[in-house]
Amino acid sequence: MFKKLEEVKELKLKANEVRQELIKMLAEAGSGHTAGPLGIADILTVLYFNVLEHDSKNPLWEGRDRFILSNGHCVPARYAVMALAGYFPTTELKTLRKFGSRLQGHPDRIVLPALEASTGSLGQGICMAAGMALAAKLNGQMHKIYCMISDGELDEGSTWEALNACHRFKLNNLIILVDRNNIQISGRTEEVWPLEPMKEKLEAFNLQVYEVDGHSIPGLIHLLNRARNREKTQVIICKNTPGKGVSFCQNYTWHGKTPTKEEAKLALHELEEERKKILKEN
Amino acid sequence: MVKKKITKKVVKKAVVKKPIKKETVRKPAAKTISIKKPAVKLLTKHQTLKSTREGFGEAILELGKTNKNVVVLCADLTESVRANEFAKLYSERFFQCGVAEANMVGMAAGMALEGKIPFVTSFGSFVPNRCLDHIRQSVCYNQANVKFASTHCGLITGEDGATHQPLEDIAIMRALPGMTVLVPADFNEAKKATLAAARVHGPVYIRLTRPGTEMITSERSEFKLGKLSVLKEGKDLAIIGCGPILEQVLLAVKELGKKKINVKVVNCHTLKPIDAEGLVAIARETGAILTVEDHQVYGGLGGAVAEVLGQRFSVPLEILGVKNSFGESGKPLELLKKHGLDSISIAAAAEKLLKRKQGLLP
Repeated sequence: MFKKLEEVKELKLKANEVRQELIKMLAEAGSGHTAGPLGIADILTVLYFNVLEHDSKNPLWEGRDRFILSNGHCVPARYAVMALAGYFPTTELKTLRKFGSRLQGHPDRIVLPALEASTGSLGQGICMAAGMALAAKLNGQMHKIYCMISDGELDEGSTWEALNACHRFKLNNLIILVDRNNIQISGRTEEVWPLEPMKEKLEAFNLQVYEVDGHSIPGLIHLLNRARNREKTQVIICKNTPGKGVSFCQNYTWHGKTPTKEEAKLALHELEEERKKILKEN
Repeated sequence: MVKKKITKKVVKKAVVKKPIKKETVRKPAAKTISIKKPAVKLLTKHQTLKSTREGFGEAILELGKTNKNVVVLCADLTESVRANEFAKLYSERFFQCGVAEANMVGMAAGMALEGKIPFVTSFGSFVPNRCLDHIRQSVCYNQANVKFASTHCGLITGEDGATHQPLEDIAIMRALPGMTVLVPADFNEAKKATLAAARVHGPVYIRLTRPGTEMITSERSEFKLGKLSVLKEGKDLAIIGCGPILEQVLLAVKELGKKKINVKVVNCHTLKPIDAEGLVAIARETGAILTVEDHQVYGGLGGAVAEVLGQRFSVPLEILGVKNSFGESGKPLELLKKHGLDSISIAAAAEKLLKRKQGLLP
């Protein structure tokens, strides 16, 4: 079984490490998404190092919690976290998006089964997660299904179909995390395709909805763990800053591009300074 | 009305006095075509008409009993897809998903990844036509063991009109990596196809139809997934069809017989993987092939046959199907007639093709 990190400081350092790996791999890949993955680094770190029941040495262990990344374009963050959690060596990260790599541009569960589901086209992973939650209930299994969706993904009709299914099939073993970073590829979500009032809309679907600062490690530990064993499907709107951790990556123009070698250097410098700061914390 | 008349006429004329002589099939064919005796009595006696969707309904009940992993998902069309009995008997394994087909497909994929064998049931207009990307990514790219049973396919859906007459579904499904595509000819074959689908690992599409149609095959005739099935031997040319439209093919062949045109009739129930060896053998044997399908002429049966023969053994080929247009309301036979897919049109096309084979036409 995977050894969990309980200390907030340990998790903060881990998230910082994730971001550093991310910048390196994205600069090496030369294409892909930067702002989204940086923004969800804290959530994925808390998930993998504190919340999920999983075993990197036995990735398909039947009792594991399932984690579906419906917003597949953010998968570099997941690769970085998985590498640090021991699923594969961190050296493999530099193969991201390269020919023959297991680290496809969007998740491919056939080459890397621990990803649980191949996703990328939006509005689908959440439907699959609902199916997995239903199957688990049918099988009498106790594991939980965590599914992350992006806010832009709430534009998709099938996302709302799946949210309806959560109530219809009483999927209280499904926990949905919304990456609320307010950006999508063409601009700010509220300008491209307004989503607010998001919480109220989700509540109207008979879901239990919480909001959390997606960079508050204690807040995430609390909510993500508490979401297990509830009566209804839990939706946690994680208010994220896109590009978090790197000052110049925090707007929508960084949604679909990667840092140059020089930008990567700057970014790594910023993250290293951040790490030093965390180390000094009590 | 029209239909009744014709059926009656046929019933009389179709009486076969002698059983069709078993042909000594030449070497290449002998290996590839799985046929021991003619699988069909060529519409010899009037039987109660039954639909292919009813065949699915019976088979899914059987699967409910024999395979605990089989689950059925439905988008509000429980009775139309003939899943109502399953829903009653195995309610814990039946999931009403509402008129939300895309999510239904995705959920089925998720369930399949957890070891279930989901049968997604709907109308062909919605699955696959509405949900292509969900089928492509959630099911095919994930190699999820999902089965699609879609009814109300083709012009013979009839009165509902064009929106409910999918004519592109075979092309869509055939193009998807890993997808098996089955088009049962009748009630009996729909049953067998459904049972076979559950035995195959990976996505399978079963194309079903609404109206009651003639029995083309018998309860006992063999269904070998991936193999052509010969309904009647003949040397002058071959007509290959799929689905209940084979009834029209058999009627046409009767008429052609009177003109001493000896036609081989082949039921291509598996469109993918296509029986390439079998097709080449038939092309070699007959030298001309006519395909007939209740589907667009693009990417369906004709397309599949052309892909094989164009690359392996070219012979004069004619593809009958719907040509770049939509259907409309009407009785099945009226629609088939309009689109050149009734027995008379098929017979005329066959004669023309024969002339091409003989070099009398370009």
